[in-house]
Amino acid sequence: MILDGKAPTGKIQDSWDDHRFASLKLVNPANKRKYKVLVVGTGLAGASAAATLAELGYQVEAFCYQDSPRRAHSIAAQGGINAAKAYPNDGDSIYRLFYDTIKGGDFRAREADVWRLAQVSNNIIDQCVAQGVPFARDYAGYLDNRSFGGAQVSRTFYARGQTGQQLLLGAYSALSRQIGLGTVKMFPRTEMLDLVVVDGEAKAITVRDLVTGEVRTHVGDAVVLATGGYVNVFYLSTNAMGCSVTAIWKAHKKGAYLANPCYTQIHPTCIPQAGDYQSKLTLMSESLRNDGRIWVPKKKEDCGKAPGDIPEADRDYYLERKYPSYGNLAPRDIASRAAKEQCDEGRGVGPGGRGVYLDFSASIERLGEGTIRERYGNLFEMYERITDENAYKRPMRIYPAPHYSMGGLWVDYNLQSNIPGLFVLGEANFSVHGANRLGASALMQGLADGYFVIPYTIANYLAQTKPGKVTADDPECRKSIADVQAERKQLLGINGKKTVSEFMREVGVLMWNNVGMARSQQSLTDTLQKLPGIREEFWQNVKVSGSGDELNQQLENAGRTADFIEFAELLCRDALHREESCGGHFRVEHQYPDGEAMRDDANFTYSAAWQWKGTGQTPELHKEPLKFDNVHLAVRSYK
Amino acid sequence: MRLLSDSIGRKVVMAITGLLMVLFVVGHLLGNLSIFAGPNGINAYAEKLHGLPQVVWATRVVMLTAVALHIVLSIRLTLENRAAKPTAYAVDRRLRVTFAGKNMIWTGLLLGGFIAFHLLHFTVRSVPGLDIVQGLDGHGRFDVFSMVVAAFGHVVTAVVYVVAMAALFLHLSHGIQSTFQSLGLNNAKTMPGFLKFGSVLSVIFLLGYGSIPVAIFFGLIAK
Amino acid sequence: MSATEHGTMNLKLIVWRQSGPDKPGRFETYDAKNITPHHSFLEMLDVVNEDLIKAGKDPIAFDHDCREGICGACSAVVNGVPHGGQERTTLCQLHMRKFKDGDAIYLEPWRARAFPILRDLIVDRTALDRLVQAAGFVSCHTGGVADGNAILIGKPEADYAMDAAECIGCGACVAACPNGAAMLFAGAKVAQLAELPQGQVEAPQRVAAMVKAMSDNDFGNCTNHYECEGACPKGVKVKFIARLNREFTKALFQETLGTISTNRGTSKE
Ligand SMILES: Cc1cc2nc3c(=O)[nH]c(=O)nc-3n(C[C@H](O)[C@H](O)[C@H](O)COP(=O)(O)OP(=O)(O)OC[C@H]3O[C@@H](n4cnc5c(N)ncnc54)[C@H](O)[C@@H]3O)c2cc1C
Ligand code: HEM
Ligand code: FES
Repeated sequence: MILDGKAPTGKIQDSWDDHRFASLKLVNPANKRKYKVLVVGTGLAGASAAATLAELGYQVEAFCYQDSPRRAHSIAAQGGINAAKAYPNDGDSIYRLFYDTIKGGDFRAREADVWRLAQVSNNIIDQCVAQGVPFARDYAGYLDNRSFGGAQVSRTFYARGQTGQQLLLGAYSALSRQIGLGTVKMFPRTEMLDLVVVDGEAKAITVRDLVTGEVRTHVGDAVVLATGGYVNVFYLSTNAMGCSVTAIWKAHKKGAYLANPCYTQIHPTCIPQAGDYQSKLTLMSESLRNDGRIWVPKKKEDCGKAPGDIPEADRDYYLERKYPSYGNLAPRDIASRAAKEQCDEGRGVGPGGRGVYLDFSASIERLGEGTIRERYGNLFEMYERITDENAYKRPMRIYPAPHYSMGGLWVDYNLQSNIPGLFVLGEANFSVHGANRLGASALMQGLADGYFVIPYTIANYLAQTKPGKVTADDPECRKSIADVQAERKQLLGINGKKTVSEFMREVGVLMWNNVGMARSQQSLTDTLQKLPGIREEFWQNVKVSGSGDELNQQLENAGRTADFIEFAELLCRDALHREESCGGHFRVEHQYPDGEAMRDDANFTYSAAWQWKGTGQTPELHKEPLKFDNVHLAVRSYK
Repeated sequence: MRLLSDSIGRKVVMAITGLLMVLFVVGHLLGNLSIFAGPNGINAYAEKLHGLPQVVWATRVVMLTAVALHIVLSIRLTLENRAAKPTAYAVDRRLRVTFAGKNMIWTGLLLGGFIAFHLLHFTVRSVPGLDIVQGLDGHGRFDVFSMVVAAFGHVVTAVVYVVAMAALFLHLSHGIQSTFQSLGLNNAKTMPGFLKFGSVLSVIFLLGYGSIPVAIFFGLIAK
Repeated sequence: MSATEHGTMNLKLIVWRQSGPDKPGRFETYDAKNITPHHSFLEMLDVVNEDLIKAGKDPIAFDHDCREGICGACSAVVNGVPHGGQERTTLCQLHMRKFKDGDAIYLEPWRARAFPILRDLIVDRTALDRLVQAAGFVSCHTGGVADGNAILIGKPEADYAMDAAECIGCGACVAACPNGAAMLFAGAKVAQLAELPQGQVEAPQRVAAMVKAMSDNDFGNCTNHYECEGACPKGVKVKFIARLNREFTKALFQETLGTISTNRGTSKE
């Protein structure tokens, strides 16, 4: 089937304004309170959506698996948030942000969506300032900016090294205000384990109370998923331990299309893995690349030496060499692959030769240690706590790590999935980043979706539906509860030999080695052959103790792992079918002689949306063709 | 918002009443030290003071109200705080809490008891079982000097006063800096100063007040 | 002395186990074997838990999520000190190189009346959320706000607000406080918003409501021990408590004079 993204046509500059006026229906203020919206996830996208919808007058119920909405993984974003404010007078504009994002995404995103994002980016900054977000300021009192990868302008707003935290706390405060007013009912420590679809429309979710173990459905008039990304499929990633694919996977199994799952972002600047026991990888913000220079020894023999003993002439600043105009600020996919290349050639440093240097000595000399401390002090501290090394004295060691998922549930221009009434926001959807996301654009997207898009587009759906159509005793709701309970029971009953983390580690290592930074037909077919075996073994040999009627973290993890194992197959299948390299998806068969990614625009200028056909069955592919009327499809060059 | 029912309001009252007491303690100390000048010193001071009955009575009313408020609120505060922390940790390791800070209620109650005793002893001058020397000096003034010297000649009385002053020292070594914080007068820059100020002042009180019974007991001040 | 680079260590853990909110709890002793200095504290617990699961026993339940010291989920008292006592370090960022072979480690949940225990080391911290719900926000609505540069904010003021906003809401301050008070948490929020022009408009109402919410949610009162500052993994300073006291006193004074009302919905005299 050919999918229609329902993007407005006409002049792109006016597309969002025209669409809001001409195509979106409104709900009368007095009627809003008759509608109930279920918002799953309270990260940037979910919290901003829940707060805004409640303020508009809808009844809102919001859910998160953590003990507080303030802990969503958005909190971990360090570097910053983009906006086309053009305050520094350096040539930025909405058009340029739009263009950079499309190009950064390797021309695999829908133009109109990206334009809208660039357009509302400015409102986000204003909104956050109004909430009391303490953005960095200059001495005259104006908002300060820094640069991020993939851009030649300074358009990134930041709050020390904790931008995501501050933005989330802003959204959380808006959400808390509504909770206090009684317009949002908040359900923390509650995990969504199923989507209920009645007569083809999304009307309820089934959740498990993670404290009491109670499984129940919440019924509403529309469901909003803002449940974050899925790169924990690689086991080790920069995501939080609880981040999972579960919510979108369960929706997928209920009919929602999952688009471009193979677009995963590997972040170039993470602390390298130190041992097998390791449970997660820690990101060192990309902003470090503003002042740090990346290098490896030119000679393999030097790799074991202390970095200070390697003379300048024997260092290879490979990013500056290969990409002179962007240098150390080359986009993430490019910087990551370049690091892997150096290490594969045997010039990596640190344990296992999996690391490159990120060196601040030149900046410290130029700006003084004080300035560097002010800019990145918390990151240097974090680095020292983890590695026991002082990065003011010795270059940091970094290595790429899974970080972000560009893929996600397919949505149209209104952020509605192919299931009417199911809306998807933030990292959980596939929308604006194409095949690669630029730094500081995810925070922008989450807040754009939640504050400024969903309030308009959900009204259009609600205006055309009768409130309270479905009740909790609907057979679909009861069936969903029974299914979720049965799955818990099954997990608890297996009582096998392998722990949940052993399975997750096994899948993760397999995925990272074969489907991580580089993929080949061979590695993908191999993985696709192995995954069903792991899935079957899981359901026969996993060990989950305790009961379902209590706080049981093993049981939570078991469910998430089961979903990751199934999802991994889809990711591989998508990667296998996409016979080109683009953005975060690098197929070794498709590269230019110099190792750059080779797109195949003639055959792959589309988003791939997959439909679930049952466990072990081949999913069905639906294509949404991508049209580029406002940018010229070009080989992405950062040289 | 209410002064006596909101948590911080009550702390403000505690701080103000505490501060009033500190001010009193300063004045009282300056007066008392005149004992080192011999009978003429302290007796003259007492005579002069009692020549100003309005001042004396106003001070008494203010100070008694302050003490009463301070005690009532401190007991409530302590009970509430204990209820808010019902279980202690298996390992008792503290990063900042001091002995003085932890025992405010006990040093405070001790001081409360002492204040009552002290008033009966030297103001009302009637404590069952205690012989209090009362008379006039050569100038026809009430002889405070002899009363005090006689009192502190007894080891028990001297010890009671010294212990009370140790309690005062502990109470104020936490209490003085605490006042500035409770009243919101503190910031990161002033904090070390206030801490030091509190310690120095409470040491001065300990030495100043403590020296009197000690000096008398060891015969450094005698008739 | 910490274990050497390549050496591993064995430790004894004495852990609070409690199967549910109203169940009795007790300490149990476990061995943590072959721990390297590079393990984080939580990774050490992962090792112990894998052993427990394999032995058919219930693993130790503990809160955690980001494991990079920012989400504020991790929470346990290690040998009497929340987060284990390394300066500016959350439990998930504490590394085993700070311990040595043979150490005995006591692990307990946050303890305060406001934080009921849910299981083992996991407590219910929603009382902190309720403080924010009471007034820890600026009541602006979405959209229609001024340009971000319309109101200038000096760098020192922005930095001060950011210092306060470092709080990760982990609750270590409450856990450390001998009185179970939440003054550092509330103080940081009040100070952040009172410092910024956007938050100043409703500063008196905010401080009034948050102070009341602290009592309503079973938190104790501050007696200025500063234990919270010592335990705070983000270095939030007690100067923000002084600021809270100051904002309170100011509002009380103004309200007494009738120049403001802290009662939302009433006009001033
Ligand atoms: C370390 C790190 C640094 C980053 N730095 C930057 C940066 O500098 N700039 C930038 O723009 N982007 C950055 N990103 C990316 C960005 O932070 C995220 O993409 C973005 O915050 C995602 O927001 P979200 O609201 O979609 O999801 P999240 O914030 O992940 O929120 C997901 C929510 O869904 C809930 N949830 C999930 N599953 C379920 C379920 N089954 N049931 C109930 N609830 C569920 C969770 O509880 C949570 O509330 C960074 C990401 C990481 C990991
Ligand atoms: C009479 C019996 C007394 C009792 C029961 C008592 C008890 C207490 C208690 C429990 C505190 C609270 C601790 C804190 O908040 O830091 C306190 C504080 C204080 N007390 Fe007392 N006290 C008494 C007498 C005194 C006296 C005689 C003085 C002074 C000479 C004094 C000065 C102070 C001061 C300055 C504080 C700090 C106030 C604040 O930080 O808000 N107290 N007292
Ligand atoms: S797990 Fe997030 S702060 Fe420790």
